[in-house]
This record gives sequence, C-alpha cells and structure tokens, in this order.
Amino acid sequence: MTVFAFYLFAALMIASGAFTIFARNPVHSVLWLILAFFNAAGLMIIVGAEFLAMLLVVVYVGAVAVLFLFVVMMLNIDFAEMRAGFMKNAPLGVAIAVILLAELVLGIGAYRAGALELGTPDGTAATLVGESNIESIGALLYGRYLFLFEVAGIILLVAMIGAIVLTHRGTTNPRGQQDIAKQNARRPEDATRNVRPEIGQGIEL
Amino acid sequence: MDYATSLGLLAPELVLALSGLVLLLVAAWGGDESARVNSIAGAIALGGAFALSLSAVVDGASGLDTFAFFGQFRADAFAGLAKLMIFASSIAVLMIAPRYFERIGAMRAEFPVLVVFAALGMAIMVSAGDLLSLYIGLELNSLAAYVLASILRDEERSAEAGLKYFVLGALASGILLFGISLTYGFAGTTNYTGIAVAVADGLSTGQLFGLTFVLAGLAFKISAAPFHMWTPDVYEGAPTPVTAFFASAPKVAAIALLARVSLEAFGTQADAWRQIVIFAALLSIVIGALGAIGQDNVKRLLAYSSINNVGFILIGLAAGTVGGASAMMVYLVIYVVMTLGSFVAVLLMRDAEGRPVEGVSDLAGLSTTRPVLAWCLLALMFSLAGIPPLFGFWGKFVVFQAAVQADLIALAAIGIAASVIGAFYYIKIVKVMFFDDPVDTVKGESDVPHWVLLGLCALFVSPLGYLLIAPLDNVADLAAASLAVIP
Repeated sequence: MTVFAFYLFAALMIASGAFTIFARNPVHSVLWLILAFFNAAGLMIIVGAEFLAMLLVVVYVGAVAVLFLFVVMMLNIDFAEMRAGFMKNAPLGVAIAVILLAELVLGIGAYRAGALELGTPDGTAATLVGESNIESIGALLYGRYLFLFEVAGIILLVAMIGAIVLTHRGTTNPRGQQDIAKQNARRPEDATRNVRPEIGQGIEL
Repeated sequence: MDYATSLGLLAPELVLALSGLVLLLVAAWGGDESARVNSIAGAIALGGAFALSLSAVVDGASGLDTFAFFGQFRADAFAGLAKLMIFASSIAVLMIAPRYFERIGAMRAEFPVLVVFAALGMAIMVSAGDLLSLYIGLELNSLAAYVLASILRDEERSAEAGLKYFVLGALASGILLFGISLTYGFAGTTNYTGIAVAVADGLSTGQLFGLTFVLAGLAFKISAAPFHMWTPDVYEGAPTPVTAFFASAPKVAAIALLARVSLEAFGTQADAWRQIVIFAALLSIVIGALGAIGQDNVKRLLAYSSINNVGFILIGLAAGTVGGASAMMVYLVIYVVMTLGSFVAVLLMRDAEGRPVEGVSDLAGLSTTRPVLAWCLLALMFSLAGIPPLFGFWGKFVVFQAAVQADLIALAAIGIAASVIGAFYYIKIVKVMFFDDPVDTVKGESDVPHWVLLGLCALFVSPLGYLLIAPLDNVADLAAASLAVIP
C-alpha cells in the first residue's frame, strides 16, 4: 500500500513538474505547480514528516503559489517576448545546468567516499518516542525556545512598524489630491469671464 | 529551570518590550502630536530598564544563576554593564532627537518606539548565550536601525542611507547565518557552553569556517575594516541624532556580543580567532586614521573616527584574556561618552536659520565666535586622539596594557604608532577652530538638554574623569570575570 502510494505521488509529482514547465499558459503553470506541491506533501506524509507536509500545503500552496498566481495575473508580462530571448540565452542556461549536474555528481561522490565529520547533536531537539512531529515541534517552540519565539514576534512587529513609517502618507497629501466632488461642483461662471478687449490694447488679466 | 526565574532575569527586557508596545499604541492613536510625550515616556522606560540592570553590575552576577531559558539568555555582570551603556546612550538620543526633528517638522511618534525596540534588541544581543538569541537580537536591532536611518523618508540622503544600510546589513546577516549554520552543523549545538565543549580539543575545518564567517558577519556590524565601507555613507546620510545612536549603542552591543562569542564559545581556541581579530584591529586603526584625513564633513569624519576606535577596542579583545575583556569594557565606556559628546556638539552647530552645519571648514575660528562650544570640542577631540591629560588616554592605555600583558607587544607597538596618524585629523579640527580666520557660520541657539549633555560629556573626558578610574575598573573587572571563560 505504501509502495503504491509512493509511486502514485512520485509519478504525479514528476508529471505535474513537467507540465509546469511545458504549459503554454502561465496560469496553468502555477496550477500544475500547486498539484506538484500537494504530491510532495503526500510524499512527506509517507516518510512520516507530517509537520513538513502541512507546512508545504499551508505555506507553499496557501501563500507562495497564490502569490505567484496574483503576480502572473496582475502583471501583464509578455511571455511570448520573454520566450523570444530563449535561444539567445540557451548556451548560458546549458552551462549552468552542466555546472549544477557536476556539483550533484561531485556531492554524491564525496558522500559515498565517507560522511562528513559532523558534530553530535546534544539531543535537545530529538523527537520523543511515541510523539508526533507536531507535538515535538510544538513542545520545543513553546517550551524550550519560547523566548526566541516571542522575540521573533517582536521582530515582525518592528518590520511592520518600519513598513508603515516609511510608506504611509496619511490623509493629507502634500502634493494635493484630486477632489472630484469639488471639480463637479464647479460652474462655468465661476471659472471663466467674458471680456471684450479693444483692438491693439491687449488684455488685462 | 522554571519560567518564573527566567522571566525575573529578563526584567529589563520585559520592561522595554511592554513599554514599547504601549508607546506604539499611543503613537497609533495620538498621531505625531504625541511624539514628545512618547519620547519622554520612552526615556523613562529606558531609565527603568537601566535601574533594573544596575544590580547585576554592582553585584558582579555570574555563574549558573544568571542563565535564563536554558542558557539562551544570560543576565550576568558583563551583559549588565553593556546594557547600562546601551540604555544610557538611548536615553541621550531620545533627549536630543525631538529638537532636531521638530525643527524640520519631521518628528514621528514612532521614533521613540523604534529606539526602544532597538534597545531591546541590543539588550538581547549582549545577553545572548546561544547563537540563536544572538541572531534574533541582532536582527531586532538591525531592523529598527534600518528604519531609523531612513526616517526622513522625503530626504534623498536619509533614504539612501537607509537603503544602503539595509542591503549591506542583509548581506552581513546572510554571512553570519551561514557561519552559524556551519558552526551548528559541526559542533552539534548552538549553545555557547555546548560549542565550547565541542571545540575543546581543537577546531575541525568546518568549525573553523563557521567561526570565520561568524566573525566576518559581526565585523560588519561593528564596522571594523575590511567590512567598514557602509559606515561613512550611512553616518553621513542618516539624521544626526540617529547617527549619534548608531555610533554609540549598537556598537557597544555588537562588540560585547563579539567578545562573548569569542571568549565563551571559542575561548579555548583563542589562537584561531586571534589572528582574524588582530588583522581587523590593525586595518581598522589604519583605515580609520587615513580615511578621515581628506574628509570635510564632520559626520563622515566621526564615522572614520568610530572605525578607528573599534580597532583599539579589538586590540583589547585580541588579548583574549579576562584582563583584555575588562580593558575593552573600560574603553567602550569612554568611547561612548566621547562619541555622544561629539555628536551633540555637531547638533549644536547650526547656521543663522537653524539649518545644520556639517563642514569642518565652517568651524573656522569657532574659538572666538562660540568659545564654549569650541573648548568642549577641543576636549572631546584631544580625548579621542588619546592625548594624556584627557580621559580618552586612559582607555587607550588600559587596552595596550592588556595587549602587552598577553605578550602581544608587536601588536601594541603597531597600534600605538598608528594612533599617531589618527591624532593628526583630530588636532586638525582643533587647529581649524582655534587658529583659522573666523567664518562665523555657526550661530546655534541655547538648547538646554544639548548643553547639559555636552557639558556632562566634556566633564567626563576632562582630567576630572580620572576620579572615576577606580569604580570603572572595578565594574569592568567584575563584568569581565562574569564571562564563562573556560581556561
């Protein structure tokens, strides 16, 4: 059953990944990407990382992908024009792909040759037996690391204050604001006046 | 470890966090009219935090009793002394800032809120006993600082300073985090005590890389050469009270943080980081001295002066001993007073219309037009240069003494030689003020809080400051002794 689920999720994920790249319509690309995220979440559940699975759905599908959708739909990006540069940049893309491949091969080779001498964890973050990931992370986040968690909240608050201080202009606009009601209420007789200047005399304003 | 004890040790930070939130509500409802009330309330809150951290310094608190939240936070005498400096300079900034901003009609009610939160971040930085709390505190302080730098958002220079600070600060944070992650990976823990145990029998390559990146990231934050490039631009562009803040409190916090990481987490491997610190120290002294020579803007000049001073402070750290840490704290106290005094003097330099005057050439003949200001600046400049009858000399003396006692005689000799270069431009300012023909641009006006602060700073750096040597040495020794150094 697990094996069947794994192959189902994996195959679907690879397929939706491929469709993400090949879809002509960028909105379809994002939708395929969301499907890929869901399948990745399924894979995470199979390996027993249910917290990561939920994070993937909540953060990536709920926030990042929706943000992508907004960007794609709101900004009128001309994808045909972007594709036109494809052939010009192709050698660079191939070069980067080769470098990444070489790094992968090198990394796996180095890993096979013998693991790195990493430090031994001090065990404070180890999962307790019989507890789910979520319980363990919750216990650490709201127990041992409560102080850091709370201060991180203050950091976000400061970031928010900063964004408002630097961008909020308030109701009084120094450059003047268009008042449509005032414009509509304006009558021709208030704004213009008829004069009959004598020829050769010019006009007094 | 129960939370009540931990929270008790966190008392100054709790006061700051809660009052920051209350001030924020006042700012949100009261608008910019509440700016002055907010500044006063913020200063009172910082004063409360100051009073609460006083006992740790006087008692020389150290050991496991000062560990809060599983060693992530330490309320020992070292952190206490740094906090006293941080809170005092934050109060000074809140005293001088409203006048400056009100004159240009740009005082924001959020300004004191940001200063209070920045002070909170710095308090966490100096108390950090874990790489995670180090980073969290640093980021809290930095975020507030970026906004403070560009608080005059309609002014091009201020916005530019904020943006520059933000981009380079983000880069430094990235470098620091990379180092932290390497250290965590190769030491298995982020706690200083745990790291000290893990590196006790020598650094592995991975740990050495981690240490180097952490030091590079922190060197940026203390604006030590070769990571100092942002300093002159940010100091010049930011509004002067904000610059005074940057040059005093965050510098204390970042240096105390650096000292704690080096001495507590990597204390057994002093040889590994000593060469980095010595390199940064000498380069900072030389670059700070040479860079300042051509400057006409007083704020840029003081920026180079702060780079120069960081070099001397790092000499104390390079000693790697408890005595070195104590010398460093003494120097820091004197440095903060000298810097604040200099910036208050810069704030008092205004032309007839009340616009700030920042050129060195505008100071010409100040001794005849504004004698009191000129004499105060003379005391501060001679003190910064480290000329004996003034108190700045004592700071340099203890730092070099610590270096000599740690058998770093060559370092001390080069440092002393380089400090002569630095003396040149400080004395040049004095020469411009006292011997050049008066240009009479600086009019200024009487601002009581400014003059009080300037007077206090000038008194502190004057030979009268030597009366403070005994208590200062005493608290600095207690502070340095409270560091959990293993050897």
